[in-house]
Amino acid sequence: MNDPATTTYLGVPGWAVLWVLAVVCVGLFVWRSAQYVRTLRRARGENRLDQIGKRVGLFAKYVLGQGRLFEEGAIGIPHLLIFWAFVFYATGFWWSLLKGMLPFLPVPYPDDVAAMAFVLEVLGVLAVLSLGIAAVRRYLFTPERLERSWDATLILSLIALLLLSFLAGQGFKARVEGHGLPVANVIGRMLNVASPANWYLGMWWLHMLTVLFFLAYLPYSKHLHLLASPFGVLFGALKPGGVPAASPGASKLEEFTWRQLLNGLTCAECGRCDRACPAFNSGTPLSPKMLMHHLKEMVRGGNEAAKPEEIWSCTTCYSCMERCPVFNEHVAVIVEMRRALVGQGAVDKRLQDALMNLQRYGNSFGQSDRARAKWTQELPFKVKDARKEPVQYLWFVGDYASYDPRLQPVTRTTANVFQQAGVDFGILYEGERNAGNDVRRVGEEGLFEMLREKNMQAIGKAQFQRLVTTDPHSLHTLKNEYDSLNVVHYTELLDELLQTGKLAPQRKLGLTATYHDPCYLGRANGIYDAPRRVLAALGVTLVEMPRHRSKSYCCGAGGGRVWMEDAPGVKERPSESRVREAAALGVATLVVACPKDLVMFQDAIKTASLEGKLAVKDVMELVEEALKPAA
Amino acid sequence: MNILVLLKMVPDVVEELEVGPDGKSLDTSFLRTILNERDDHALEQALLLKDRLGGKITVLALDAPDMDDVLFTALAKGADRAVKITGAPEGLTTHGAARLCAQAIAGGPGLLPADLVLTGVQALDDLDGLAAPLLAQQLGFAYVGVVTGVTADGPNATVIKEYAGGVRGEFAVRLPAVLGVQAAEKPPRYVPVAKVRAVMKAQKIETVPAPAEAGAALVEVRQMAKPVVSSHAEMLEGSPEEIAGKLCELLAKRGLL
Amino acid sequence: MPANIWVLAEAWRGQISETTLEVLALGREVAGQLGAPLEAVLLGHNAKPLAASLGAADNVLYADHAALADLTPEAGAAALVQLIKERQPQAVLVPSTNLSMDIGALAAAQLQAAFVGGCKDLKADAGTLVAQCVVYGGKLEAAVAATTTPALFGVLPGSRPADAGRSGNVPAVADVAVTLPEAKVKFNRYLEPDAGDVDITQQDVLVAVGRGIQTKDNMELAESLAAALGGAVCGSRPVIDQGWLALSRQVGKSGMQVKPKLYIMLGISGAPEHVEGIKGAQLIVAVNTDATAPVFNVAHYGVVGDALEIAPALTDAVKAKKG
Repeated sequence: MNDPATTTYLGVPGWAVLWVLAVVCVGLFVWRSAQYVRTLRRARGENRLDQIGKRVGLFAKYVLGQGRLFEEGAIGIPHLLIFWAFVFYATGFWWSLLKGMLPFLPVPYPDDVAAMAFVLEVLGVLAVLSLGIAAVRRYLFTPERLERSWDATLILSLIALLLLSFLAGQGFKARVEGHGLPVANVIGRMLNVASPANWYLGMWWLHMLTVLFFLAYLPYSKHLHLLASPFGVLFGALKPGGVPAASPGASKLEEFTWRQLLNGLTCAECGRCDRACPAFNSGTPLSPKMLMHHLKEMVRGGNEAAKPEEIWSCTTCYSCMERCPVFNEHVAVIVEMRRALVGQGAVDKRLQDALMNLQRYGNSFGQSDRARAKWTQELPFKVKDARKEPVQYLWFVGDYASYDPRLQPVTRTTANVFQQAGVDFGILYEGERNAGNDVRRVGEEGLFEMLREKNMQAIGKAQFQRLVTTDPHSLHTLKNEYDSLNVVHYTELLDELLQTGKLAPQRKLGLTATYHDPCYLGRANGIYDAPRRVLAALGVTLVEMPRHRSKSYCCGAGGGRVWMEDAPGVKERPSESRVREAAALGVATLVVACPKDLVMFQDAIKTASLEGKLAVKDVMELVEEALKPAA
Repeated sequence: MNILVLLKMVPDVVEELEVGPDGKSLDTSFLRTILNERDDHALEQALLLKDRLGGKITVLALDAPDMDDVLFTALAKGADRAVKITGAPEGLTTHGAARLCAQAIAGGPGLLPADLVLTGVQALDDLDGLAAPLLAQQLGFAYVGVVTGVTADGPNATVIKEYAGGVRGEFAVRLPAVLGVQAAEKPPRYVPVAKVRAVMKAQKIETVPAPAEAGAALVEVRQMAKPVVSSHAEMLEGSPEEIAGKLCELLAKRGLL
Repeated sequence: MPANIWVLAEAWRGQISETTLEVLALGREVAGQLGAPLEAVLLGHNAKPLAASLGAADNVLYADHAALADLTPEAGAAALVQLIKERQPQAVLVPSTNLSMDIGALAAAQLQAAFVGGCKDLKADAGTLVAQCVVYGGKLEAAVAATTTPALFGVLPGSRPADAGRSGNVPAVADVAVTLPEAKVKFNRYLEPDAGDVDITQQDVLVAVGRGIQTKDNMELAESLAAALGGAVCGSRPVIDQGWLALSRQVGKSGMQVKPKLYIMLGISGAPEHVEGIKGAQLIVAVNTDATAPVFNVAHYGVVGDALEIAPALTDAVKAKKG
């Protein structure tokens, strides 16, 4: 076989042509990539080098293993194959380029090494088939919110071309040499041409040109995600449900961190975030995907900024981040932008009132902090004051459970159940303040710190072994954003009590129901099984909704949304979508484990005209029912 | 523009209010105080004027519990100076406090000359007078009350005053003037906690000692009590549907349906 | 004979206000208790004919001055102060409205006299006038006696029925001269609210919304109820301030006085400034989540509940009933 680099074409040796092309294309690639790096360096710093072992593990699972790609149908294996084909073809390319530019090197071309050629040929064929599947998905069964841009089409075409040109080349080579690896032989038999040696050269150059062009084009296309996304995963968030470290917020490029800007570059515009987003799906202006696009434009020097309506529509449910294959952090970006808006005082009146009430009275209801424990007055026993006597469990009740008249009966039920189970518990009475989870996610970091200080003062004075919360939002922030607190959700406590026999149901409920995983219990803290075990122990037959466990669909109250005006453009509220989903299962009961879920779904049942068909019950209410003596 | 804003704390009616053992005054043991809502609007109106026309805002108040937080918040919102009058006698009525503040303004460090003095048109603990007209009279300034809008232009201000029925009146006021503010042109702005805390570290509240003579109370409170409710609504109970049914019956009987 | 009791009449834009008649009724009672004459003070320009409606008083003092047409607080206070200094009444009852409150409080300041605001009632006690005042937004009341003579009392609308202040009597009218200082404040013009499509003062059925309605979107619940009942929607000040309803729909001290046959209040706490506007309502039904809200002392029927639940239920029931 002739060496493509030493062959002359119209008098010019191949290696000279390669040198020119390499300088131009690789040069363009490096120059443009360096520009991106320089831009990222203008942004704020952020340490993403901690727990390097864990990071490498995530890299292995989600980059090398393409973990999240398997969550949607049909595309998992194809994309994995395309990815690995790419890894090997990239290796092959640089190898060929180097050898071509320096033909005197005593090294064979990659396709002359049997092992490499074998992998390239097999992966090549599989990748071509995968591209076919991907194309069918993209063009015939287009998932919602997937961008079918010319850029994407061009990229897919280039990939197809580089694969096919290589495979054809191998076919021609097999004809010339009279033998080859199995795949090459099959291809070679199909290609009956007069001078296969020339065809081989032609394919070799077509392949190299395609890749060189691809390389130069890459930093300008959305396929930049190829380069950037491995870094996105490697430098990604290690725990779900977090927010950026305290900052004054961001609206301009330099105010974001490099990792936040990187989101724009890693985004492949696949639309998984939009498909999952309750704000987007209910018709509000927020599209997490477009938010990443804003960042991309910002990094490229554009002026596009997210509008306040987009920024305020988010419920901070973290579905977007849970689905994103490249570990983009949409919520972090939103919280940063909210901080900037709050800093300017640009908050809507309802939210302002809620924040002022939280600041003044420690709750968003505008009621006196002294009224926080009024719900206990109707109990037949006195709830211990954890500020005055030691208790085993310090029960952090939360705003909604304490103040909302629709929830107070359930809170009393909880107290009764704890009492019946012999749990030694107490509350902080007026010493408790809103834990601050949603205050933080609204962008009022200063107020969050103030609430945390006050709560820690009260908690610090109390003597207890563990904290238990009614509300998953409180759970999340007490557990992850306060100082080393040992805190469980009441479903976890119930699970323990049932397993150790301290709580013994007197009857099996014989109920068929579905269970809604709260965002801050499930996605943010991974607690899916404890509530299910509790329901099983009560004799509840569980029918899962399609969107369950980590795919659970937010009720729409989080991220401070419950304190704001309805976002513009809402066609179907997230809570309405959810109760319809529950009703469609044919069950009559939707079980919840979060106070806000309870009221949101009760309201939604009315507005979705499902009254009489579906009822919402808190886990605690079912426990109380099961504890009643058997008839 | 040199603007003074006079602030005062009033009992927070979100809390339960009890009458003290003397039967004539509030029980202070559980009392919480909050900035008079009308004064908050006065401050906002001053800030809007400063945003539009430039100038300086000085907030002024008698020392009281939680007053410092309010003054720092005012500074964080954009006021330039905060002055607290310390050492005033306890239990001053509106009349006494206003006379004292007027003297402090007249004699105080660099408070005058002022173009505008803004304060709330009334407060829920006024018993013997309104602060704004009292100040106006003491300082010899012009006065308009129930103000919902102000613009200034040189030696004059154009002031909007509310009447009833949604009707408002526009007045030309020769400065300096005291305005009793009912509502600012926009709701009071939000200032983040972080900003207030930063101001607490970076800025100081000036103090001036209270002038010796305070005004007397011009009223005598003989008794204070929870209102005797002469009538109370007949309460309807039940589920929303049951209540709706009962109401419909009621309305039908009266020929209102 | 004890010194006179005066009532400051409100003549505004060519009319004597209802509140003036209410205060006259109160003044008549108080004057009777003290055995003192009752005089009405009318300040205006070319407004003498209006004095004829002030017959509940023994006589009227009418001060005419160009500056008293569309009067500024200063002009009104200056005139009142002059008259008070000349004639030394015992007490002056001033309607506690946006118009007259200013005049009364400024006059009191100039006289170093007490201005006792928020009076819902007034009576003589051993020769001293003791006012029953609303304080702390209505949560408490105080019995207050002024320690100055004269003393000025700001009387809240609704202290007495206006009819009790009407009289067929034609009072004696005395022209009194006042000289006013150079004005620091000049009246320019009135700003009328946009007429709006609906005159709520003429409606028989009104559905009023307050803060309890929570969001602008929930307004449609009120609209539906109003439509079902054949009425209109109005609101308390916070709702208008938010921009959810036009100014022409505001009910209360700074808004409209309404006299519907049916007034349904959704999520309104019952603050005095709003309640002032509904004295003439015949049947008041209030819905509020707070059982201790003052609105339940004003309403005829009350529901402790969420307006956002009750309103749609009521709309449905009304539609069903009407068939």
